[in-house]
Amino acid sequence: MNLEGKQQVWKDYQKEIADDRYYYARSCIRQTFFPGSEWAYLDILKNKLGKDVLDDPRHTTCTGIGYHSDVVPVQTIMTVVARHFALMTEAGYENITPSCITSFGIYTEILETWAHHPEIEEQIREYLWKATGREFKKPKNLAHTSDIIYKFREDIAAQARYKLVDVHTGRQLRGVDHIGCHYAKMFPSKGIGGAEFPAVLSGMISSWGGDVVDYPERRHCCGFGFRQYLVMANRGYSVANSKKKFESMRPYEPDFIVANCPGCAMFLDKWQYTISEMEGTTYGQDGYGIPVLTYEELAGLVLGYDPWELGLQMHQVAVEPLLDKMGIAYDPEMKYRTKEGKDIGRPKCPTYLKV
Amino acid sequence: MNFWGFNISETRSINYDTNDKDMLIHVLQEVPSCKLCIECGGCTAGCTAGRLTSFNIRKLQMFMKRGENKEIREELHKCMLCGKCILVCPRGVDTRKMILSMMKYIKNNQK
Amino acid sequence: MHTVIIIGGGPAGCEAAYQLASDGIQVHLIEKNNETGGNLNNWYQLFPDRKNAQDLNKRLQEQLNHPGITLHLGMEPSRVEKDGQGRFSVSLSDGSLLEGDALLVATGFKTFDAKRKEEYGYGIYENVVTSVDLENMFRNHAIRTSKGDVPRRIGIIHCVGSRDEKVCNFHCSKLCCITGVKQAIELREMLPESEIFCFYMDMRMFGPGYEEMYREAQEKYNIKFIRGRLSEAAENREHQVQVKVEDTLLGRPLRVTLDLMVLLVGMEASNETQGMARELGVKLAPSGFILPLDPHYGNNLTGEKGVFITGCCSAPMNLTDTLNDARSAAVCITRYLNMK
Repeated sequence: MNLEGKQQVWKDYQKEIADDRYYYARSCIRQTFFPGSEWAYLDILKNKLGKDVLDDPRHTTCTGIGYHSDVVPVQTIMTVVARHFALMTEAGYENITPSCITSFGIYTEILETWAHHPEIEEQIREYLWKATGREFKKPKNLAHTSDIIYKFREDIAAQARYKLVDVHTGRQLRGVDHIGCHYAKMFPSKGIGGAEFPAVLSGMISSWGGDVVDYPERRHCCGFGFRQYLVMANRGYSVANSKKKFESMRPYEPDFIVANCPGCAMFLDKWQYTISEMEGTTYGQDGYGIPVLTYEELAGLVLGYDPWELGLQMHQVAVEPLLDKMGIAYDPEMKYRTKEGKDIGRPKCPTYLKV
Repeated sequence: MNFWGFNISETRSINYDTNDKDMLIHVLQEVPSCKLCIECGGCTAGCTAGRLTSFNIRKLQMFMKRGENKEIREELHKCMLCGKCILVCPRGVDTRKMILSMMKYIKNNQK
Repeated sequence: MHTVIIIGGGPAGCEAAYQLASDGIQVHLIEKNNETGGNLNNWYQLFPDRKNAQDLNKRLQEQLNHPGITLHLGMEPSRVEKDGQGRFSVSLSDGSLLEGDALLVATGFKTFDAKRKEEYGYGIYENVVTSVDLENMFRNHAIRTSKGDVPRRIGIIHCVGSRDEKVCNFHCSKLCCITGVKQAIELREMLPESEIFCFYMDMRMFGPGYEEMYREAQEKYNIKFIRGRLSEAAENREHQVQVKVEDTLLGRPLRVTLDLMVLLVGMEASNETQGMARELGVKLAPSGFILPLDPHYGNNLTGEKGVFITGCCSAPMNLTDTLNDARSAAVCITRYLNMK
């Protein structure tokens, strides 16, 4: 593959990302499944990069899951999003940074819709006023939180305690990036690197010393699809999509997967267990799975955060093989304990997947 | 026991890389005119069997060309061998002979 | 004696120059490159008769030896002006000035920049080439993959940059279908063991002998035609190209791995065509080509008096039509000058 050709494409897809003063919008799925990720993101931004971020407790779900499952009408989701804009405006912020890819897609789509149909924006302003008595300014800058980490990837590299390198052999670790569909497929110009050769996560991997795997099914959806995974009978074709990706990436022997969409990270992690139970197949080395990280977790590891403080024990696929390769010290005894040493219980051992 | 409530779906994609093209090789040797099909569907429009069943002779030869032989095994016996399809074919494909050749291949390769 | 200035020395400009000169008209032919022939210089063989493209090119060049033709090679018009008497003056890039009674625009087309179809990976994947690259490979008689192997499976992709709203081209480039058939046959002749596919949306065999060539490609050369537009290409570990199309005639997605993928790049108005249109105030069609005054009676006329057009600056055309169009332009110009 010709890197120069890719760099040429990347030039066409650079977007403006605000430098500081971010209004943070949490993700339903990320804070449920990867609670350490959002904490780490805020800590990195505030304490490592010295940025001003507002984590507003009044902020709610964007209702994206309901919207994509046809239970929340478009006027409702627009009004909920308008309320987020109002909270941002009231707090004196202009740059909104959602943690969820679905929210990012929805914010982008709504702003785009309003740009083309000012009458819809007017109607939503009226709804918001009637419901809450609030008014809002549209954000000056909308960026996904992975865009923010991408923007400061070199600052993070400068403070790194670990590199994406196998400390025993000096080999660069091979990272698979998985970009949430709603990050760039709907609006390629809103994604760093575009939709075909996305650079937002691969840029982090490169900056932190790793090697990016560009495998044939790189662009394929993880299969989340809301309606598909919500209804149990439909999950068969949801998981089949993740399986297609695993089959395609396996020959490259990746050391880890990093995703910017919380749903994708959850799926790529948990489906590895499901597939192993249903078919006996595992995709990592020696019976392990391929560790799946959020980009906040990856940044956290590089910066030397404690893996259990990052919440990596909440993952289905064991991350220890990756930690060992990176030479990260961790206490196996503390994996299923709180900071104070209290036992938090542990999952049952899978049949095939080594943990 | 599957306690999941779902199975991992099989792909609907035709995998040309791995499909078996042995039947195609056999039929093309016996009926070279098969190569000439331009997928107009004339054969299927007037087909006696196709009017009453899911039999689609145009699709069948396409499935053969892609190595999707399972579909052919399930459908082939519906053909009444009337020969109407030969009359209409603008490219002179010997469709009736093609069907017979496919049948012969399946018979000889049954396990 | 009348003088005509022709801008562009491709097949259309060359043929028109010769026809006008043969009618006793003084011709200035301006060509930006150091040789005439334009896009024809990049071609190996012509359809449908498989004539060596350079034989035709040479013939067109020899015609330019006519004493009535003055060739200005390596020159571009920097400024074009028209006076009240309908006379044109054209300043050239070297500062010289030409004067004429009529202007013939023959600035032609450019091939679509395949990099704009990002998902096809041209310039990124190692074994993706354009139809123009392939003509060059034919001339060197070397059809090899990036690793130097004989490609065992080759896919030719139709409509790259044509009939595609995503790249702002609604028009059909017309020639790619038959070019694909011709190139598939040429590939088969050089690589008798390889499997060759054409992935098409429609097979538009518009010229005499074209449909027959398509039939021959199926019957004699065993070229496989799959109706479906390439959706996505990806490179695997062996640097092969994994493609996804729908086999639309079966209604099923299809995936296949290719050792070499050829993109049949479409035609767009050249930068010079668009530049001349701006300079002269002539209208462009939505396709970006120059809009003729009338599609039946005024193919060579524009809204500007004394400004004529010929060849692919007005639409994609094969060489047969281009040469006819050049002769037709010469007739129009001669009539115009005689009435002056």
